[in-house]
Amino acid sequence: MTTVVSGLDIAHRLEQQFPDAVADAAPEAATVESSSLIEVCRFLRDEPELKFEFLSSLTGVDRLEHFEVVYHLTSIRLNMMTALKIRLEDRENPRAPSVTSVWAGANLQEREAYDLMGIVFEGHPDMRRIFLWDGFDGFPLRKDYLIGPGGRFPGLERFPGEPGEPFAGRG
Amino acid sequence: MTIKSEPFVVNLGPQHPSTHGVFRLRLTLDGEKIIDADMVMGYLHRSMEKLAEERTYTQNIPFTDRTDYLSAMTGNLAYVLAVEKLCGIEAPERAHWLRTLMCELQRIASHCMAVGIFANDCGAWQTPVMHMMRDREKVLDLFEMACGARLTLNYMRIGGVSRDVPAEFMPAAKKFIKEMPKKLGEYEDLLLENEIIVERSRGIGVLTPEQAMAYSVSGPMLRASGVAWDIRKADPYAAYDKVDFDIAVGVHGDVYDRFVVRLAEMRQSIHIVEQALEMMPEGPVHAQLPTATVQPIGQPVAPLAIRPPVGEAYGRIESPRGELGFYIVSDGSPAPFRFHIRSPSYINLTPMKLMSVGATVADAIVILGSVDIVVGEVDR
Repeated sequence: MTTVVSGLDIAHRLEQQFPDAVADAAPEAATVESSSLIEVCRFLRDEPELKFEFLSSLTGVDRLEHFEVVYHLTSIRLNMMTALKIRLEDRENPRAPSVTSVWAGANLQEREAYDLMGIVFEGHPDMRRIFLWDGFDGFPLRKDYLIGPGGRFPGLERFPGEPGEPFAGRG
Repeated sequence: MTIKSEPFVVNLGPQHPSTHGVFRLRLTLDGEKIIDADMVMGYLHRSMEKLAEERTYTQNIPFTDRTDYLSAMTGNLAYVLAVEKLCGIEAPERAHWLRTLMCELQRIASHCMAVGIFANDCGAWQTPVMHMMRDREKVLDLFEMACGARLTLNYMRIGGVSRDVPAEFMPAAKKFIKEMPKKLGEYEDLLLENEIIVERSRGIGVLTPEQAMAYSVSGPMLRASGVAWDIRKADPYAAYDKVDFDIAVGVHGDVYDRFVVRLAEMRQSIHIVEQALEMMPEGPVHAQLPTATVQPIGQPVAPLAIRPPVGEAYGRIESPRGELGFYIVSDGSPAPFRFHIRSPSYINLTPMKLMSVGATVADAIVILGSVDIVVGEVDR
């Protein structure tokens, strides 16, 4: 059974190694400063007790006020799993450091996050759109991409037909 | 005397039998040697992740059929497991066994396609693939009995499966499992030592274990490189902790080993299906969901949607192509706030350039065949 390493444990371990790196810690994921992301990732990959050599998943989340990049890491040797996050405060122009130098498997996943979410990964060898064509206007996975009448964000507050106020949408 | 030459660009696809769908490989050649490979994709992009944010959790299940359309059961299962993790729902015992049974039948069907089409790519034109299609057809017949559909199955539900299998399903499945090892033996005799397949695939597209892990490659590709990593063993879900099977592992990490690993996995899947048919208990197939509240008498029954608590979950399973993960963020509303698919077909393509630079054009086709992509899952 895979041991899920809590974000609190990872944050505790990181604090000993990099005193200024940890921004926030929650059981589901540790949040680190994006300026120290590369050294943190290198440490998580190479530390003999962690050995997170396999980047399972990399994706962006639009949290309305800011963006998040979420990294799910797997340690194949030690059968462990954890998640790491960074917070990108600049909503207009989100930029994150690329982890392709740590895990080559981030290449296509970062291009996808750029294409659909508009997060620019600095240091990526080939930062281009991947699914949509060059010149496509906007980034579809952002919450404000298809903003509805009255300034509502897409999403469901209620299943249509459920009792309650008329359907207004999220946001 | 030197002859002046310049690199030549060949577009493999978007419409080409070797790309297994609408996918383009842009190869830059020096003579017949590949010096650069660029992938152009997105022809089948349907923006499922955005669509899913507008639909309820239950309404999103059919989308998961249509990502990896050769393996709808595993797509369903990965998604419902992620939602169950988020809501804290535990499916009943029989549902776990039915899920295991269906996923292994699906793996047989999917690998039949992968191995058959791979033989096609190697030059064994149509004969092996037609035989394998015949066997895949039998699995699809079983699925038709269980849920009425053959390709887009929509069988799993949050908290269980949509319905129990009919009475005629079990005898038919037992009959299939009895016949299949003999057929598989025929394929092994025909293909494993076949000189054309061996010559065209051995030593091509090699990934070392370190490269495979660094490039996030998963599934049969990772195991062919000699890494014994199978989520069914490492992080058991459904009833995989109760069945006995071996992980098929390759040695050289080349195209031939990927093909051998897939054939060996089909044998293991048959073994798991046998155990599942034997050990499956009777009982309910669907758990009580937290949506079911008491309706006031005389009021019309209003549809109620599942509302997972605020939080996030990453559910993953071993699909026939590798680690299939769903990352779901909930804000407490009936629709997911973020719905991300970690698709193995897409991520297994990352080392495509590494594998094909230095090889020839004919090798590129075999290498792409060995990755076993499903374009619906690459583009989503």
